[in-house]
Amino acid sequence: MIWVNQIIQGILLGGYYALLACGLSFMFGVMGIINIAHGSLAVVAAYMLFVLADQFQVNPFIGLIAVVPIMALVGWVLHRLVLERSARAGELVPILSTFGLAIVLDNSMFTHFGADTRSLAPYIGTLDYDSWTLPGNLIIGKLPLITFAVAVLLLGGLHLLLRRTALGRRIRAATVDPDTAQLVGVNARAVYAAATAIAMVTVAIAGAFQAMRATFDPYIGGQLLIFAFEAVVIGGAGSLWGTLFGGIVLGVAQSIGAQIHPQGFLIAGHAVFLVILVARLYVTRDMRHFFRLFRRRAV
Amino acid sequence: MSLLEVQGLEARYGLLSAVRGINLAIAEGEKVALVGANGAGKTTLLRTIAGVHHVAGGRIVFEGADITHVSAHRRCASGIALVPEGRRLFPAMTVEENLLVAQSAKREGPWHLESVLEAFPQLKPKLKAPAGELSGGQQQATAIGRALMTNPRVLLLDEVSLGLSPVAVHAVYESLGALLKTKTAIVLVEQDLQRTLDVADRIVCMLEGAIVAEGRAHEMSREQVMGHYFGSRTESTAQRATA
Amino acid sequence: MSLRPDTGAITVKRWTGASIATIGLVLAAQVVLAFGPLFLSANLIDRLTTLFIYGILALMWNALAGYAGLVSIGQQAFFGLGAYAAIRLANAGISVYPALLLGAVLVAVVSLPISAFMLRLRAGEFAIGMWVVAELAHLLVNLDTLINGETGTSLIELQRYAAHDRRLYTYWAALATMVALGWLVYLMLRGRLGSAAQAIRDNEEAADSIGVRVLASKRLIFVLSAFGCAAAGALWVAAQITFQPKAYFSVQWSAYMIFMVLVGGIGTYEGPILGAILFFTVEALFGATGVAYLIGLGATAMLFALLLPRGIWGEVERRLGWRLLPIGYQLKIGAEDLPRHDSVMVTTQADAPAR
Repeated sequence: MIWVNQIIQGILLGGYYALLACGLSFMFGVMGIINIAHGSLAVVAAYMLFVLADQFQVNPFIGLIAVVPIMALVGWVLHRLVLERSARAGELVPILSTFGLAIVLDNSMFTHFGADTRSLAPYIGTLDYDSWTLPGNLIIGKLPLITFAVAVLLLGGLHLLLRRTALGRRIRAATVDPDTAQLVGVNARAVYAAATAIAMVTVAIAGAFQAMRATFDPYIGGQLLIFAFEAVVIGGAGSLWGTLFGGIVLGVAQSIGAQIHPQGFLIAGHAVFLVILVARLYVTRDMRHFFRLFRRRAV
Repeated sequence: MSLLEVQGLEARYGLLSAVRGINLAIAEGEKVALVGANGAGKTTLLRTIAGVHHVAGGRIVFEGADITHVSAHRRCASGIALVPEGRRLFPAMTVEENLLVAQSAKREGPWHLESVLEAFPQLKPKLKAPAGELSGGQQQATAIGRALMTNPRVLLLDEVSLGLSPVAVHAVYESLGALLKTKTAIVLVEQDLQRTLDVADRIVCMLEGAIVAEGRAHEMSREQVMGHYFGSRTESTAQRATA
Repeated sequence: MSLRPDTGAITVKRWTGASIATIGLVLAAQVVLAFGPLFLSANLIDRLTTLFIYGILALMWNALAGYAGLVSIGQQAFFGLGAYAAIRLANAGISVYPALLLGAVLVAVVSLPISAFMLRLRAGEFAIGMWVVAELAHLLVNLDTLINGETGTSLIELQRYAAHDRRLYTYWAALATMVALGWLVYLMLRGRLGSAAQAIRDNEEAADSIGVRVLASKRLIFVLSAFGCAAAGALWVAAQITFQPKAYFSVQWSAYMIFMVLVGGIGTYEGPILGAILFFTVEALFGATGVAYLIGLGATAMLFALLLPRGIWGEVERRLGWRLLPIGYQLKIGAEDLPRHDSVMVTTQADAPAR
């Protein structure tokens, strides 16, 4: 039964990874930019919630009500100041500028908060270890399940936003053909800024759940970015539901790996990522058919 | 006063000059045809007026205001709409979505989803189909309809018959027929000279980036136009536009 | 530009007066540095060793990003693996200094299969993909019992040499490596690879269509960069003696490389050298402030990426037209030298459509 339990934990973990990754996937799908500062921004949100909880006794879930709009604004500013210029200058500049930003953010947080690992777990009562026990000794943690549910809701929300709203139409038009979108009155610049703001909202929520389910410190941004990136690539870059699939595959691989070896958690994750990357490159046709059963394209 | 005025316009591709010294005035409700061989600069001129191509020199004045450096989406909001060469629909979006996305311009006017579908009834059964799956003629109808949704005062049509079968071209011009009776100014780039002469009030001939001749449609014969099209020097250059 | 064939023959120049002078100066400087231990203090020798290693890293990162157009945030993979290989080989009985070179060669060999799938990735995916490779390499190295996990180990075989001898050998090894790689890259750029790299940077598809062997060129540069970074890692462990995986596989090294190349001038030859010198100076002056200095590095890299993407030397080249090292081609018609046109890795949008 250990293996079944591990797989279930892995699937739930996958929900967290999908939450972490959906912002990265969204930005990459819409603007073609991979935001290297993605993980660091999640940590920024986590610290904001920490300050609210630690100094003002605000429950993190309530804290999100304040942090989410702040992060949306951060996203808008990020686009206007950094991403817009970077995208114009070529394919490689966004990588360099967002990498520089990550370094600045990580070290600024270190300067301000120190190296101590923090967590939001103490501020959510018993939620971080509460669980239900199902017949057959299956344990389902409450927080992981909530995280998974939030991930699905968020992905669903993004899907609906893109499919049903006027903003979503504009985003899809600007994604596919920004020049022609301009011709029909879509302000591509504003659309991209809005997309970045939306991505930052998901990043804020992901940061919150990271801090609740585990710990964080100024330098885990890189690790978070890598997990998000792996989930995106496994599931198919630019596909929203593929990100959920990718997250689940990553989570399950890591959970199984953890059972095999103390370092197995991370090794298994990276190994599965590389294997799928290679497989995708060499067996693209068959894989795409296989994946089509699981994902629908966002755009 | 003209609705749209282009003064000494220049546009380039890198170091290559595509459009030079263009002076053109479009009055309200006027139907102007732009003819010329491939590479004459017609598409570049339209794209520059619409705002998707950078102006290297000169001015564009619309409704009395200098819009030379105004971004394309704002020009659309002011009332300039371009149906680009090759249609450029959003292929994964449905016909309906392609039409609705053009509502971002938020202009008042007679054109909305229902009236566009009245003008292009062939689109009614295809409303929920992805634009990429439509036939050439249907795509062209969608592209024109999309531009109309912005309720333009000036409609720029770039080679609407390109790549279409004669039947489809006929259908497009049938639908355009109603449009031609409205107060919307139209600038039409068209390879089919006969259609051009039928439709336009005024013909402007371009060659190698400059305007070489201009005249009322009924004053110019087909032979004259073809002469300018191919750059023959048998016609005097007395008609070179300077206004 | 009009060609007037009747006024003179068209010749292609590879050398100008300035470039000959520069080559002469560079050679002289290298000879002087080789004799450095005769008149430099021990402290200065150590510092120069560090500078040479930074120079190697800058040169190698620039080769990958500036010439092959591949931005990598994972070259620390090879840096760490080079150090690890050196330790393993020395442990197996091979003499230390040859082990450094052999280790770098082995890592270069390992990089070949890695390139097989990494090079098929697009820009952003490649950048982070290489970071994943670095993380995985870090984890796998930690599994080796010799390394003791994060505690690390030391290149204890260095104890066989007296401290001052060790210092000199490492100095000469670092100098020799930097000089060799410098000349190697220079000669490659003067040859077909240089033109291929330029074509790839400008337009990969077009280059492919005229017969430029895009993948082969990229692979060559990838393996070279891996070799250079591995050599740098091996030299670093020879200088530091201790090996903690966390320090060698840290993404910080990518931050340093990006800073050096971005500030110095990406895609130019002289740029990385300038960047290495600047970085070395900045680190000497501000390194002690700890984290604040890293913030400064990151912010500078960002500012350069956004505002001055050609870097200092790139701007100098563009505005003053200086080209000290003779890598390109210059047309000479009759007696008239035509101005050189270069394209740089970063495209400018001077005539782009209005947005």
